[in-house]
This record gives sequence, structure tokens and C-alpha cells, in this order.
Amino acid sequence: MWAFVTRRLLYMIPTLFVISLVSFAIIQLPPGNFINTFVAELRAQGQGVDNAQVRALEERYGLDDPFLVQYGKWISGILLHGDFGQSFQYQRPVSDLIWDRIGLTLVLAVCTTLLSWAIAFPIGVYSAVRQHSVGDYVFTFIGFIGLATPNFMLALIFVWISFRYMGESVGGIVSPEYADAAWNLGKVLDVVSNLWIPVLIIGTAGTATLIRVLRANLLDELRKPYVTTARAKGLPEWRVILKYPVRMALSPFISTIGWILPTLIGGEVMVSIVVSLETTGPLLLDALSSQDMYLAGSFILILATLTVIGTLLSDLLLALWDPRIRHAQTAKG
Amino acid sequence: MRIPLLTAGSRRARSRSTEDDTDGRTAVAPQWKLVLRRFRKHRLAMASAVIVVMFALVGVFAEFVAPTTPSDYSADHTHAPPQRLHFVDTTDGVDLGLYVHGYESTRDEETLAREFTVDEDHKIPVGFFVRGEPYEMWGLFGTDRHLIGPEDPDERMYLLGADRNGRDMLSRIVYGTRVSLSIGLAGVALSFVFGIVLGGISGYVGGRTDTLIQRAIELLMSIPTIPLWMGLSAAVPREWGPLQTYFAITVILSLVGWTDLARVVRGRFLSLREEDFVLAARLDGCGPARVIGRHMLPSFTSHIIASLTLSIPLMILAETALSFLGLGLQPPVVSWGVLLQEAQNIHSIANSPWVLLPGVAVTVAVLVLNFVGDGIRDSADPYR
Repeated sequence: MWAFVTRRLLYMIPTLFVISLVSFAIIQLPPGNFINTFVAELRAQGQGVDNAQVRALEERYGLDDPFLVQYGKWISGILLHGDFGQSFQYQRPVSDLIWDRIGLTLVLAVCTTLLSWAIAFPIGVYSAVRQHSVGDYVFTFIGFIGLATPNFMLALIFVWISFRYMGESVGGIVSPEYADAAWNLGKVLDVVSNLWIPVLIIGTAGTATLIRVLRANLLDELRKPYVTTARAKGLPEWRVILKYPVRMALSPFISTIGWILPTLIGGEVMVSIVVSLETTGPLLLDALSSQDMYLAGSFILILATLTVIGTLLSDLLLALWDPRIRHAQTAKG
Repeated sequence: MRIPLLTAGSRRARSRSTEDDTDGRTAVAPQWKLVLRRFRKHRLAMASAVIVVMFALVGVFAEFVAPTTPSDYSADHTHAPPQRLHFVDTTDGVDLGLYVHGYESTRDEETLAREFTVDEDHKIPVGFFVRGEPYEMWGLFGTDRHLIGPEDPDERMYLLGADRNGRDMLSRIVYGTRVSLSIGLAGVALSFVFGIVLGGISGYVGGRTDTLIQRAIELLMSIPTIPLWMGLSAAVPREWGPLQTYFAITVILSLVGWTDLARVVRGRFLSLREEDFVLAARLDGCGPARVIGRHMLPSFTSHIIASLTLSIPLMILAETALSFLGLGLQPPVVSWGVLLQEAQNIHSIANSPWVLLPGVAVTVAVLVLNFVGDGIRDSADPYR
């Protein structure tokens, strides 16, 4: 088992390296750089900008260096000092800006995963066991709609409903009266009460997928002879279902964490922009459009790293859960 | 519990055997015919296929179907609410014929917002194949015939309301259908090429090439899609024309989309590689191209078609999301996502909820495409 864990950890290193290269390449793609855009904006407003000043700025941020040199400076700053560079737009270190937001994104992603499991598990089992029942059709239909509606569309509909029928504008995860307050019990309760709505919106598509996966797997398992054997032994029906087929069907369920995380983070980015949550989404969008490259690059890098860690966790969990996978992996390592 | 399960299974088995026995042609029918026959029995998928065809027709004949052009604006009709289409006029005897009521607009003294009330006395007759705004059909020839519209070209009709410039939402959604569906198709076509080629190589060659391609796929899948797309499309220069942006966005979408297909294709290749008929073909002296194209591909074409159908809706959703953020297609081009940009502003949604209608079009299109894809997959699977 430990060999397997070590091997998976070692695999992560090249993956993370390439991801960091890709993140940096993405933010280098747009033509021009922040200084050009900034200067063009100033000139458009009729302010003169000294060319020497521009050159000094470019030199200070190393924007004239070749790609690999810039990348080397950036990544060594992160690895050695935890320094993600400066945000041009906010004139502050990137690490000051991002950690709060990343934290909130992570809280949202974890809550959403837990919630979608909690919803998907009973529904998936029910619709497989009672296949072709009214409940199955209703859940399947709702699931399909959940899959087909873009997350941000749900958020928009939600904004509209709450404006129309509850007469309040939504947005934000911390109510205004707690905005500047230090963290205490009241603030935590307030955050929790505001959190469930975005969690629900972000979770719909993932939940719908999970229900379908679980239902399909369980249906395949229920037709297998060992289920008949278990019944023939006279086991109570709930034990027959929960003890064997559900356990088998859950393996793919667990491996979904790996690919559900990127979807969740994507959904979270979109929904946060609509409902204006203080998470990564709005700041990332803003940073991308103003070519605030270190800010945008750091976001992409951290989000991707979190996803890789999530995939690792799901693989480990799967190995713990499923003896067949565990044995195959340990035999290989 | 046990009994219904068994009967369901045996009933299906029996119905299939009778179908096979009574119809002598089944034995010699080519695979696509068998698949088609089974697909026809799938009621939900058939109904969805009809809707998909309707969407496609609307997209192809967008100029003709739309009551007006998407850029036709009217300053007097900003955020005009949807009109009800009446079929019979009973105010003065019974008068058959389509018509809508005009608006009476007043300005709120305080907020200066325009408020619309239905003017029951003002009747605008609506007809089919009427003359209206001139347009160029497919850029080939100019005409001014529209499928439906007010009979008097000077009158205005807003069946789904108007946007903030008084442009007809229905016409804009119709034009958006063309762009959104075609970008889905183009994106899928591109990912199809990537997916088949790379997945095929990965599965057929195996070994180190396989590991390399699989690692690349895992890498692409581990980057959260929306931030990746956002980053890439932020790199599309603003100065590019609509057509260039369109292609750039398609390429960006398919860059991520091909991975799923490549995995499916690879899996199939891996399992087929060991089959006897592949060995036989190889012993007969067929080159790799012929073994793949002639012997292996046909045995999972239907699976590929199903995967493709299922990835079109994903592309449509992705384009909508990107354009909604302002990173995808840009305004003179009309797509469902571009239209939804107007819904970003809470006042628009609160005062004129019909700006959300393009989202309904997205949901319906994605839903029916999913049903059709599922139907194809079920009917293509010989083991069900």
C-alpha cells in the first residue's frame, strides 16, 4: 500500500511541473502585456506617459526577458519563498489577494461534493432498485434537466426568483452587518446560512451525473447471479442490496471525485460571477481581462494543483474502499 | 422484488426473439438498419430526434424563420414584454386569423422607466410568408419574405419580448440557434479528428506511445476546464473579426473535448486488438490502415456516433458559458451565450425576465441532444 502511495506521489511531480508550465504559457498568450494595456489606457484618457518610465516598469517586472527566464523567476519564487509575484492591478503581492478566495472556493467545493453525495446516494439506489417506478422516472427527469441547464442559468433564475418574490437582492456570502467583523460564532452561522444556495446551484449538474452513474452501475450489479444467491440464502432484501451490489456500485462513485472536482471548480467560477461571491471566479475573470498575469497564472496554477491533489485523494480512497483495486495496485508496485 | 425483475428480463428476451424470428430480413440486415430499428422503438429518443431536426431546420433557415433581423432595433420598444399570439378574435363576432395587440407605453415620472400596457384596441394582424425586413438568404440572394410576421411591415411584433435596444428576442434566439448549434457541431468535428487519431494510435500501437498519450490526456483532464478555457479565450485578440473568433473558440473548445472520445476509442481498440478477426486480417497481410479502417472501426462506429452526439451538448454548454462571461463570441455575432450576457445585470432580469429565454433554448437543445445520444447508445449496444 505504501509503495502505491509513494508511486502516486511521485507521479504528481511531473504532472504539476507541466501544469505550472501550461498555466504560465496561458497567461503569456495574449499579445502585449499589462504595461502596454495600462499605458494605452492612460494615453486614451489623454495622459502622457514617459517612454523611459514604461521601460523602467518593464524592466522591474522582467517583462522583456525570454519566456523560460520569466517562468524560472516565477516558479522559483513560488517554490522557495511562497511568493507568487506582484499583482499589477492591485499593486499588492498576489499571495495577499488569493488565499482568502481560494479558501472559500475550497469550502464551496468540499461542501458541494458532500451534499451531492448525500443527495445522489439515496436517490441513485432508489431508482435502481425500483427501476421503471414513478419515482425513478421523476428523479431521472429532474436529473436530466439538472444536467442540461447551465449552472449560471440556475443562478440567474435563482436571482430572479429571490428578487421577484422575496424582494431582496442576493449576492455575497457574508451579510453586510458581518462584513468587517472578526470571525465569531455569529459570522460562521451567517456564512452557513448564505452558503447553502450557491452549494445547491453548483451541485446540481454533479449530483445529476452521480445519480445516473450510480443507477447504471447498480442496475448492472443487480442482474448478477450473486444477488440471486444472496436472496436464495434468505437474506433480508435491504441487506442483499446494501451489502453487496451497492458496495460494488460505489467504486465508480468514489472514482468520480477525481473528475468531479474540475467540474465543480468550473461551476463554482461561473456561479460566483453571477451571484458575486468573493471566491476565485470574479477575480480570475478580472485578472484575465486586464492581463494581470501573475494573479491569473497563480489562480490557474493553484486551482489545477488542488484538482491534482483531489484526484490523488480519490485514487487513495478508492484503493482503501475496493480490495480488488488495492491488490492490483500493490502487486504492480 | 425478485419477480418483476425476472419477468421484465424474460419479456424483453421473448420480444426480441419473436422479432428476429418473424422477420426474415433481420438476419441479413446491415448493422445500421438494426440500430435504426431499435432506435425507432425508443419513444423518448424518437421524440427528441424530431425536436433536434426542428432545431437544425431553424438554424439552417434562420433568416427566413425569424420574423425580423437580429439587428432591427426600435428605441420605442426597449424591454417590451412578450405579446400573446391570438388565434380568434371574439370581440366583434368570430373572426379567425392570427393577430397580436399593440402596446401603449408610458414613462414613469420618477424612474423614467418605460412601462408597457397591452392596447386591446390596437390589433396587428399576423400572417405567414409576409414581407418584412430585407435580408440576404445564406449571403446568396436578397429577399424580404419571412415565415411569420405582422402583415403590415411597419408594425412591430414581439412574441418573446424585446431586449434593451428594442430588438426582437425571438429573431435573436433563432439566429443564435445557428451559431450555437454550428459551433457545437464544428467543435465536435474537430475533437472527433483529434480523438480518433490520438485514441486510435494510443490503443493500436500501445506501449510507450500509449503511456505518453494517456498521461497527456490525464494532464488535460486535471486542469479545471472553465479556468483553462477562460485563460485560452482571453488570449484571443479583440481585433479579430467574428469569423476568426468563431474558429478560435471552436479550437479552444475541442482542445479539451477530444480527451473523452480518445479514451473511448482507445478502450475499444485495446479490447478489439486481441480478437481473432483482427489477427486473421493481419495474417492476410493487411496493413495497419486497412486493419483499422476496414476491420476494427466498423465494429464500433455506432459507439463513436453515440459519444459524438453526447458531446455536442457539452460543447454548446461550454460556448454558452464562455460567451456569457464575455470571453467567447463577441456581440455583433448572436449566439445563445451572447444573448444571455444581457441577463448578467440584475435589473434586466428583474424588470424583463424574458432576457433569460435564450437559456431555455440552451436547456431544451441540450436535453434533447442528450436523449438522442442515449437512445443511439442503447440501440447500438448489441448486448442489451
